[in-house]
Amino acid sequence: MNDVVIGTGETVAFWILGPVALAGALGMVFSRNAVHSALWLVNTMLALGVFYVIQEAPFLGAVQIIVYTGAIMILFLFVLMMVGRDSSDSVVETLRGQRVAATVLGIGFAGMVGAGIARATEGLVVTGLADAQPEGNIPAIAESLFTDYLLAFEVTSALLITAALGAMVLAHIEREPGSRRTQKELSRARFLTERPQTLPGPGVYARANSVAAPALLPDGRPSPESYATGIEPQEIDEMARPTGRGQLGSPDAALGTLDPAPLEGPAGGDRA
Amino acid sequence: METVLPAEGLLGWSWLLIALPLAGAAVLLLGGRRTDRWGHLLGTATVAGAFLLAVLCTVRLADVEGRSVDVDLFTFISTGELDVRAGLLYDPLSAVFALLITGVGSLIHVYSIGYMAHDPARRRFFAYLNLFVAAMLLLVLGNSFVALYVGWEGVGLASYLLIAFWYTRPSAATAAKKAFIMNRVGDVGLALAIFVMFAQLGTTSYAGVFGSVGTLAGGTLTAIGLLLLLGACGKSGQFPLQAWLPDAMEGPTPVSALIHAATMVTAGVYLIARSAPIYDETPTARTVVLAVGAVTLLIGAIAGCAFDDIKKVLAYSTVSQIGYMFLAVGLGPAGYVAGLAHLLTHGFFKAGLFLGAGSVMHAMDDSVDMRRFGGLARKLPVTFVTFGLGYLALIGFPFLSGFYTKDAIIEAALDRDDAWGWILGGVAVLGAGLTAFYMTRLMLMTFFGRARWEPGVHPHESPSVMTVPMVVLSLGSIGAGFLLVKAFPLADWLEPVFGEEHEAAHVVAPLTVGLVVTGVMLVGVLAAWLFVGRREVPVTAPVRVSPVTRAARNALYADTINESLVMRPGQWLTRALVWVDNRGVDGAVNGLAAGLGGSSSRLGRTQTGFVRTYALSMLGGAVLVAGALLAVTSG
Amino acid sequence: MTLTYYLVLAAILFTIGAVGVLVRRNAIVVFMCIELMLNSVNLTLVTFARATGTVDGQIMAFFVMVVAAAEVVVGLAIIMSIYRTRRSASVDDANLLKY
Repeated sequence: MNDVVIGTGETVAFWILGPVALAGALGMVFSRNAVHSALWLVNTMLALGVFYVIQEAPFLGAVQIIVYTGAIMILFLFVLMMVGRDSSDSVVETLRGQRVAATVLGIGFAGMVGAGIARATEGLVVTGLADAQPEGNIPAIAESLFTDYLLAFEVTSALLITAALGAMVLAHIEREPGSRRTQKELSRARFLTERPQTLPGPGVYARANSVAAPALLPDGRPSPESYATGIEPQEIDEMARPTGRGQLGSPDAALGTLDPAPLEGPAGGDRA
Repeated sequence: METVLPAEGLLGWSWLLIALPLAGAAVLLLGGRRTDRWGHLLGTATVAGAFLLAVLCTVRLADVEGRSVDVDLFTFISTGELDVRAGLLYDPLSAVFALLITGVGSLIHVYSIGYMAHDPARRRFFAYLNLFVAAMLLLVLGNSFVALYVGWEGVGLASYLLIAFWYTRPSAATAAKKAFIMNRVGDVGLALAIFVMFAQLGTTSYAGVFGSVGTLAGGTLTAIGLLLLLGACGKSGQFPLQAWLPDAMEGPTPVSALIHAATMVTAGVYLIARSAPIYDETPTARTVVLAVGAVTLLIGAIAGCAFDDIKKVLAYSTVSQIGYMFLAVGLGPAGYVAGLAHLLTHGFFKAGLFLGAGSVMHAMDDSVDMRRFGGLARKLPVTFVTFGLGYLALIGFPFLSGFYTKDAIIEAALDRDDAWGWILGGVAVLGAGLTAFYMTRLMLMTFFGRARWEPGVHPHESPSVMTVPMVVLSLGSIGAGFLLVKAFPLADWLEPVFGEEHEAAHVVAPLTVGLVVTGVMLVGVLAAWLFVGRREVPVTAPVRVSPVTRAARNALYADTINESLVMRPGQWLTRALVWVDNRGVDGAVNGLAAGLGGSSSRLGRTQTGFVRTYALSMLGGAVLVAGALLAVTSG
Repeated sequence: MTLTYYLVLAAILFTIGAVGVLVRRNAIVVFMCIELMLNSVNLTLVTFARATGTVDGQIMAFFVMVVAAAEVVVGLAIIMSIYRTRRSASVDDANLLKY
């Protein structure tokens, strides 16, 4: 058993890559955007891969970079693209005390485990892998994997097959054959209607841009197509519509932002 | 008790006595409506067949040495030390009872064919009657106290079913419950007596128990005697459990005749006579039997004087007459035969009287109010004559049944030759006078005087299917006493059971006793004529009456005493227990449940459905585990 | 510089991952945090393999990677099917299983 002394090069690499990995982890937790989180995580994983190589496990380092950063993170990004951003990206915490408790417990946990590690590794003799893998890392792993861990290795193949099947079953959508609408049918359905333009967005003609404010048709009636689901349509526009040339005046006056006259109308509200 | 021979030949078949009516009951109950048309005939035939068999068996029995046979049937209960063989004991005592039950039972079955002719549930009635006969025969034929107990409960059940035969009437249902519950009080005594026997002797068979009576301590014997007496009081309607018997008259009249006059209510007398070896050894219990008999005799006679309900008067008369029998068997060896002879003659004339009362009710549209009878002698000649003969037999008219047997009891009481003897004799003589008074009152109000019928009632004589049994029973009323006491002395027949005939001391000459009793009886008749016969009977009972009459009308406040001593405290106890149960037991249980429910619904609030909350608690747990590990390893 | 530094780094990364699971609501980000925790454990395994002088730790880390890959595949499929029905990838929105 020869005690391996950790060289200066490794120390330097650790002190560079360690903070990088930490920064990646923190960045992942704190970025609002899930895509950014994924990229921060890639950062951490790459750093870890280098750590593996440094620690005499070049095979694992390669696998880490190829499988984790190459395959798994790309899978994450695919799913992110399909799911898209939603309210869960918000940084507002909805559970009371969750963040404080998580932070306190996290610090406590880190302290406990750190203390445990410090106690356990006191006087730890580093044997090094030079004797264990005389012909290199990959032959040593192969020998161990295909002899001692053969059964576990075979079971792993069953696990992967099952996972692939499971993913297919879960992600599959049952559709009636022929029910899928082609692009031709979709464009026909879009144009051969009574109103060949797009539906009005909420608040387009109104004086408020709230979702609850319905779009107004040219004659001043609210357009039923623009009602938001689940929200009572609000009658925002109580103001008397200016009519006549004098009252319309300039385009600014027509919007009612500069001309004070309409504000004194019967239902005039302050739109500040 | 002598060794009893195993049964052979015909006597080995004596279990058929029980099986026949039981099979009849089973067929009628299980057969349902299909047996409606011929059910009454089958019911009568089984009992008549049993009577025939009983006669043949008894004739055979006369030739058997020792006149007792044991019919071993099968193992009834076998557990540990207790090994109860179901078997029958056919000896002179049970033979006499079997003859009485099947004989009177057959006549009453025949009578019921007519009496219940218009009742839609006649088949059910006969099924219950058969059930009763089977149970009663088991009671008297069983060779152990356990077999007796089975029969005892069986007749209790049949009595309940028959009293409540018209169960749609609230009064009948109530009376049946009252009878059943008061019987239970007595049955507890009997059951305890059997328990004591088993605990002390390890057996319950008659042979085993009576064979080792001498080994028992005096206190135990007295306890057994008193407990048996309690059972006998319950079943026979004796003081203090006499109140159910008059109410039991809610049942159909043939039931009153068969069960509540001739057979079931005499089961108590049978029990005490059967347990003679026990009572012979315990004078204390015997004295209590005497006291019970004397008190009941007077209570029954006094209450009988006041009621206007013809069946209730007869019922109190039954109570009183069974009091005579208890008095007799309480006298010990001197009185057993006298008591049993009175039981047999009473079975005849009281059954006849009840059948006559049933006939009168049949004629009067089921009315029982004697104040609305009167002048029926000419309308119902057969009933009048047979009823009259039963009446004369009951009051002890010279040379009729009751004269011989009642005199024998009074003589036996006087023969004690001590203060008790004079008291008991005096009570018995007084009872005879009262009996004469209330029975004469009944006769006068029912058959003589002006007709006070309800409008629209047209009395008519009953059909011959009813009158023939009455005639047969009235013949028994005339001759049974003479036959049993003089011609074929019952004492000789029962000698194997009760030993040699007791040589009477004759403190008072029998002739003197006969003359005195007859004189007192005549005084009673005269008094009844003075009070009732001379005057017009008011249709409604007078309200302004003396306290004595009021007490008698209330049956000497037996129900009131029962209510205030037992019912009210029982109700209070029940209410208290219900309160404790509701507040204490339920409160504790419900409180615990509510506490658990409340705390669990509060704990359930922690299940927010947010995965992150759960994960937080997991992390907390991990911190705790890491801390614990650290603490353990550093220690 | 000893191997303890690697272990402490792994512990800190694990804790950051755990806290991330607790504070992030986007199911995909939560998943990423879990991956981070698995990776930190792998670092521990590799480090101990080096310390003890056997390749068993590396084999273990290899298996962890395989299982993590399988887990990610199924987990993301589940997230997708939930998103398809509920139009949300928030772990807080799937909270029907409660009192």
